[in-house]
Amino acid sequence: MEFPKTTIAAVIIGIAIIGGIAYEHYLSSQKPIIVLATTTSVYDSGMLDYLIPKFENKHHAEVHVISVGTGQAIEIGRRGDADIVLVHSKNLELSFVNSTYGIHRIGVFYNDFIIVGPASDPAGIKNLTNSTEAFRRICERGFRGDATFVSRADKSGTNMFELKIWSMLGITPSNKTYAWYIEAGTGMGSVLRISNEKGSYTLTDRSTWLSFKRQLKDMDILVQDDKILTNPYAIILVNPEKYPNRNYKGALALAKFMISNEGQELIANYKKNGEMLFKPLARKIELARELGFPDQSNELAWYDKQKP
Amino acid sequence: MMCEKMFENTFLEEILNITLLSLKVSGTAVLIGAIIGIPIGTALGFGWFKGKMMLTRIIDLTLKSIVNTFMGLPPVVVGLVVYLLLTTSGPLGPLGLLYTPTAMIITQLIMAVPIVTGVTMSAIGSVEKTVRERALSLGATDRQAAWTVLREARTGILTAVIVAFGAAISEVGGIMIAGGNIRWVTRTLTTAIVVETNLGNFDLAITLGIILLSIAFIINLALTIIQFRGQKR
Repeated sequence: MEFPKTTIAAVIIGIAIIGGIAYEHYLSSQKPIIVLATTTSVYDSGMLDYLIPKFENKHHAEVHVISVGTGQAIEIGRRGDADIVLVHSKNLELSFVNSTYGIHRIGVFYNDFIIVGPASDPAGIKNLTNSTEAFRRICERGFRGDATFVSRADKSGTNMFELKIWSMLGITPSNKTYAWYIEAGTGMGSVLRISNEKGSYTLTDRSTWLSFKRQLKDMDILVQDDKILTNPYAIILVNPEKYPNRNYKGALALAKFMISNEGQELIANYKKNGEMLFKPLARKIELARELGFPDQSNELAWYDKQKP
Repeated sequence: MMCEKMFENTFLEEILNITLLSLKVSGTAVLIGAIIGIPIGTALGFGWFKGKMMLTRIIDLTLKSIVNTFMGLPPVVVGLVVYLLLTTSGPLGPLGLLYTPTAMIITQLIMAVPIVTGVTMSAIGSVEKTVRERALSLGATDRQAAWTVLREARTGILTAVIVAFGAAISEVGGIMIAGGNIRWVTRTLTTAIVVETNLGNFDLAITLGIILLSIAFIINLALTIIQFRGQKR
């Protein structure tokens, strides 16, 4: 049986491509890779695209960023599919650390949540400084059919925080029971745009809001400056004893960079329309303690003691 | 000025990177898929598993049904399975392939094999009987007759490859889960469109969409020309 030339050519090309991929894989595995699982609220702000190249240049490492919700980011860390997580949900973080899969939780930076909604404000929450009261009014108006609320519904830090406020009112809202409660199941940016289209209220972190403001013509900030709305982000390392093959050294270097004076300064300098998106937290021990990091000074000392 | 220029360059570089990665991942997956799928499809199309016995017939039918079912595998399910296989604590975890282009190739390969197999199978099945009988009546040996059938079915086999490539390059759910959509590393045209749409960068999303469409068009055009020539000869 005689093979046509095209078949032979195809086989040769095929082998060449497979060989090329194997070679490339070999090359890329020479450079240490750090896998960072983080939240869409950090990623969508563009801050990491600004910060991480500076780290990569300094340390000759490659950082791979997986951008998901906090719940999923922690799950990725727990399964050993990441080296380090950067997240914002105290309860999920603590259970991650308590399960011993995550170690050395430290506050890095913070911003705050805000309640945004249609400029017409049918629930009349504008200028309230009590977010719980604002949620109550949205719920009340919602039942009358005047207002709707879009929820992330993705176990993200923002979603967990939103559910905490509802639970303070004794409500467990869901799409099924409440027509005014829309469960989007998507990232912060999408939820903002859905809210804008539907004229709904939603809870967002200020950074994503500032990044998207230009596209949200019909929306305004309605509630802010409530103390409980402070939104701190934490770094947690994946325990190398659980996953010895993970790049613990790289994770440590990245963490050290982000909480270093240099890293904190870079974070403070990242602005959109002149507004700071994330405020430094790592070296403000008192504030960190207030925001749910009782061990901040110990952890900071530990990180500073580690060799780079 | 400098900064703008830099941005322009990396912007174009990134689009190029995304496009090349898409081509590499889907191209490799379909190529390996063709190497695996065409022989299996040929065997099934010729009914080589079909013996005289009842049992072998049942096996043949079952195999064909499995192939047909798997042709419509939902990409996200494949992505999920690949994720669970490659996750660090999973059975293939030690290979360290999760969130790499290889993971995406595996995902698309799993989808491409049944498509190539299925379309090849039906292409051969549709010409097998008549062409084979004619060849045999003209004095061909069994082997020559089989070769003639294969030659007659070659446009169909090519179609199998086109269909598989079309499915692979436009797939998003599976590679998103297995590849992790990491910028510069596992971000393809489709996953980049998802990201840019989420970020509200519709201009960029549309640009990427046009690139995706153009690639699909060019490849289909090339293959259609080859098909056309094949028919004329």
